[in-house]
Parts: sequence; C-alpha cells; structure tokens
Amino acid sequence: MSVAEAPASVVSLRQVGRTFDGDPPVEALRSVDLEIRRGEYVSIVGPSGSGKSTLLNVLGLLDRPTHGTYELDGFDVGSLSDAERTAVRGQRIGFVFQAFHLLPHRTVLENVMLSLLYNRTPSADRKERAEQALDRVGLSHRLEFAPTTLSGGERQRVAIARALVMRPAILLGDEPTGNLDSVTTRSILELFDELQAEGLTLILITHDLDVSGRAHRVVTMTDGVLSDPMAAVR
Amino acid sequence: MTAPEVTSARTGERLKPSRFSLKDLLGEATAGVLARPARAILTALGTVLGVAALVSTMGLAKTAGNQIVTRFDELSATDVKVTPNRGTLPFDSENRLTRLNGVRAAGTVTEVDVKGALTSSVPLNDPLGINELPITVQALSPGAFGAVRASLRTGRFFDASQDDLQVAVLGPGAATDLRVNRVDQQPAIFIGDQTFVVIGILKDVERRSELLDAILIPNGVAKALYGTAGASSVQIDTDVGAARLIGRQAPIALAPNNPKRLAVEVPPQNEVVKTQVEGDVNALFLLLGGVSLLIGALGIANVTLVSVLERVGEIGLRRAVGAARRHIAAQFLLESTMLGFFGGLIGTTLAVITIVAVAKAKSWVPVLDPWLPLAAPFAGALIGLVSGVYPSWRPASVEPIAALRSGL
Ligand SMILES: Nc1ncnc2c1ncn2[C@@H]1O[C@H](COP(=O)(O)OP(=O)(O)OP(=O)(O)O)[C@@H](O)[C@H]1O
Ligand SMILES: [Mg+2]
Repeated sequence: MSVAEAPASVVSLRQVGRTFDGDPPVEALRSVDLEIRRGEYVSIVGPSGSGKSTLLNVLGLLDRPTHGTYELDGFDVGSLSDAERTAVRGQRIGFVFQAFHLLPHRTVLENVMLSLLYNRTPSADRKERAEQALDRVGLSHRLEFAPTTLSGGERQRVAIARALVMRPAILLGDEPTGNLDSVTTRSILELFDELQAEGLTLILITHDLDVSGRAHRVVTMTDGVLSDPMAAVR
Repeated sequence: MTAPEVTSARTGERLKPSRFSLKDLLGEATAGVLARPARAILTALGTVLGVAALVSTMGLAKTAGNQIVTRFDELSATDVKVTPNRGTLPFDSENRLTRLNGVRAAGTVTEVDVKGALTSSVPLNDPLGINELPITVQALSPGAFGAVRASLRTGRFFDASQDDLQVAVLGPGAATDLRVNRVDQQPAIFIGDQTFVVIGILKDVERRSELLDAILIPNGVAKALYGTAGASSVQIDTDVGAARLIGRQAPIALAPNNPKRLAVEVPPQNEVVKTQVEGDVNALFLLLGGVSLLIGALGIANVTLVSVLERVGEIGLRRAVGAARRHIAAQFLLESTMLGFFGGLIGTTLAVITIVAVAKAKSWVPVLDPWLPLAAPFAGALIGLVSGVYPSWRPASVEPIAALRSGL
C-alpha cells in the first residue's frame, strides 16, 4: 500500500480472489485490485456470471475472499473474526438489494429501525433517526404502512432509508433498480445523485447504461477479472 | 462471548462489537411470534396438549386417589369393636351403647359353642349323615345387624321381641351350604336336635366377614339352649369421625367399674393405603403425560426448524445489518421458549378446567397440588428452550450471503 493514496481510500482491495469449491472449482474473482476514495460514485458493469455480485459481497463483508487483503475504512477486515466483521458490517456498510429484502410483517418504520438494532444506537434515538431517513427518501407519509402495500419504487426507497439510517461509510447496491420500471428507476437514481452530492460513497452494480452514465467511474468485470480504466491514470 | 474492539490501523478509531439488548431481544422475539399467529398456535399446540394431558392426569389421579381414600376413611372412621380381655360382656350392651351420642348402631356378636352339633336342612332321620355340616353359630343382639352394616338378600332380621324364639338368619355361605334359597315357606334347619325357622338370608356385611358363613341366632336362645353366659364382642357403627371418641366412651359405658378390662379396636388411619393408591395411579398417568409431553417437544422442535428454514432470508438480512450469530440464535431460542411458555399456560388452564369438570360430573372434590399449575408454564418454557436449541443454532452458523441469497 502506497503511503500517498492510502489516507483517501475507503476501500482498498489487493490481489483479492474468491474461488467457490466445487467440481470444477469456480474462480469468481481473480486477483482483483481496487481503490475507492471517500465520496466516489463507482459503477460495476459486466456480463452475467462475471463475478460482480461476488465482488460486492466481498466488499460488504457478506462473504470472505479466499486470497488477498481488504482494508475498509482503515480496518484490515481480512484478518478479523466473524464477530468483528459483523461489527464492522453493522456500523460501516449499507446495503440495497435488487429484491429489497424488507420484513413483510413489520411496518416501514420498523424495517428502517432494524438497521439500528444491533449497532449500539440508543433505543430512544432510533425512531427519530428512522423518521429522518424516511423523510430523506420522501416517504414520511408511509411510516406505518406494511411493505407489502407499497409500490416497487417505494419499497426500494425504504431499503435505501434502511441503508442510510446507520450513516454508512459505503453504500453498496446490487442492481438496485433491476426490478423497477424506467420512471421509477430515474427517481431512485436522482436520489443516489443527491446522496452522493452529500458525500456518501456509492458502489452500484448495474446493467443499466443510465445508471453507469451517472457514475464518476465505471469498472468492468469480465470472467472474474476487474479492469479499471482509471487505474493507469492514478 | 463478546468480540474485542476492532481498531482502525489508519485512524486509530475503535469499533465496539454488535450488541442486542435484552429489551430489543424481547421485542424482536415477540414480534417474530406475533407475525404469524396461526403458525405460533400450531407450533405451541403440541405443548398445549402435552401439558394439558400431564397436568390433568396428575390432577385426576390425585382427585380420584383422594376419593378412594375418603371411602376408606369413611368406613374406618366409623368402626369400633370392643372385646373383653377376660370374661364376657353383658347381653344388654346394645342398650347401654345406643344411648351414647355418636353411636349409630351397636350390638353384640358372640360365637356360640354348640358342642359339636351338626346342622342340616332336612329332618333328623338321616342315617348316612351326608347332609349334616359343621357350621358356626353366632348369637347376635338385634342392633348388631346395623352395626356390621348387614344387607338382606331376602326375609328380615330378627328383632328384640324374637329374642327367645328359635329363629335364624343365614349368612350367604351358610345358606348355600344348607341349600336354603327362600324364606317365604318358613324353612326349618336343624342344629343338633334343635329346630330353627329361617327368617332371613344375608346378602353381605361390611364388617365381621365371619358372619357370612354362619348361622345367626338371637342372644336369648343361645343362652337358653347352649348356656352362653355373655357376649364375646360388641360391634359399634358410629357417626363419621366419632370412632375415636366412642372408642374412649364405650368401655366406661359397658364396664363402669373396670373399663380397663375391655380392649377397644379403632382401626388406624389409612395413611399407608392412601399413599399406595395415589402412587399406583400416578405412575401410570405420569407415564402417559410424559409421552404426550415428549411428542409436544418434538412438535416444537420440528416447527421451529421449519420456520427457521423459512426465515433464512430474514436471518441473512439481520446478519447484514450487524446481528452476530448468537443474536440470531438468541432470538429464535427465545421465540421457541415463549411459545413453550404460552403453550404450557394454555395447557394447564385446559387441564384445570378438565379436572373440575370431571370432578363435578362424578361429584368428587377436585384436588390439585397448587404448585402444579404454577410450574406447568415453566415446564412448557423449558420444553421450548430445549427443543429450540438445535434449530436456532443451525442457520446462525451460515455465512450471511448464503442466508441472503435464499431470498426474503
Ligand atoms: N455460492 C456459490 N457457489 C458456487 N459458485 C458460485 C457461488 N456464487 C457464485 N458462483 C459462481 O461465481 C460466478 C460469478 O457469480 P456472480 O453472482 O458474482 O455473477 P454476476 O456477475 O453477479 O452475475 P449476474 O449479472 O447474473 O448477477 C458464477 O459463475 C457463479 O455461478
Ligand atoms: Mg449478480
């Protein structure tokens, strides 16, 4: 790691690989190097099966790489135990998934508060913070609704509020607009633009050119190999 | 169990491990149970039935056992027998005792020495003697029939006016031996050379079972024919609970000058009988209840496992927002424990209703150890806890992405 660029990096991958056991084993990531600075808006593109989701799961500490080192916000997360990785995940990383992943039997507000349940936020503050986050995504009028009664765009806004409410160092999205129509997609993308303008670090997987067009930087996965046009510049 | 703090190499900032407070745990587990009420009821159903079966069988065993004990006690608490250590008791003992408060019936019972005379139901000229039998003869005062709680198959007892008449009442055993079945023709029996008219045949006696095989004759006749000088025992039937009191008063009434001459038998309290009966009944019912409870536990384990598998997506999501493995496990464990607790609570309520209903139908007094309905919900909770251990820990041990990928 070079001393000059390290302070600015929020994500730093060095020679990261992920091989899935099997017959034959699948090398989903091969020697990936990636530096992402605070406040960057990065889009990951590439053909299906190229390893995009695998990369994002490694970045989000949902999965462990089989080789290489990973520093997140200065924490050497590769060397951490499961409980320590859980703590970092719960306090530094926000997720938005293509399938929303909302608890169907809980209200919108409760779904957002779930993000604050395990990370030592005093219970007295949780409701207010969740309300603020929902206000931020324009859903103040849906607090007590069941997620099942919301439209797709609204559901994804709830998921984004849930990711924002814990003030993450990075927000990860795996095709967050993949289930949405084009109008709804545009409103979600505008929300991402605003969040990025406020200083959030965004890393989104997408198939959508509209999405990758808004990103500052587009990296491409092909067969487990990451190509980063900016890497040469830096 | 808590993870150490994580320190950032760059900023030196420290991250504390994830936390799941008891209050939050309770809230999430409650919400988890209430999210699917029908599922929760079905999960708890096994425990409801198991606990209901166990508590109601234990309660019914106790109630029934208590009932048997009450019967034993009722009989023994009213039975007093007086015998002289030497000599005899006066034939008028009956009159002296019936005056006492608490005596329901009293009478003398005396075995008569017939000097080897045999009895038959046919006239004397029986050269072969095949119909002549050695049958005991007992002299009774009229009140003795009530005191031994005798019942009649046919005919009647003799009374005070027949004291000097040669009449007899046959015990059922003696009646069979002598082949006397009816008394409407005034059949005669022959004891040695004396003729007696049979006026009644007993069905049963509750005390003094030796009377069942005997010929019963009045005291006056026994004295006149066989020289029986006095009574050899007095049998008393008292009011419930008065046996011990009468047991003290009877010797004074019968032998005021020397009450110590008399021995009094008041049967002891039937403590031993009581615990034995209860033990027998309990062992059987407890076994049945235990089996149903085991089935209940398997039910909880099974449904918890299914619902945990169903909620893998939720588990993945909770892991993604910072839940540690033990937080996931704790929540599922608490959910199954709560289901067990409420299952036990409902089960024990049903059981108490059952016990009271059965007792009412049988006009018994419902009896239940007070700790039983109090302990039952906790037994249910324990069942939920134990049967939740394996299913709770299983999904917590997978990588969060594997759980998330299974969808929500
Ligand atoms: N748990 C796993 N076990 C085995 N192989 C896996 C596993 N997860 C992913 N793979 C394989 O790794 C490769 C990369 O998968 P990944 O999901 O990262 O692709 P992707 O780029 O996200 O594709 P898509 O655009 O279709 O979502 C695929 O060949 C996939 O089959
Ligand atoms: Mg993918």
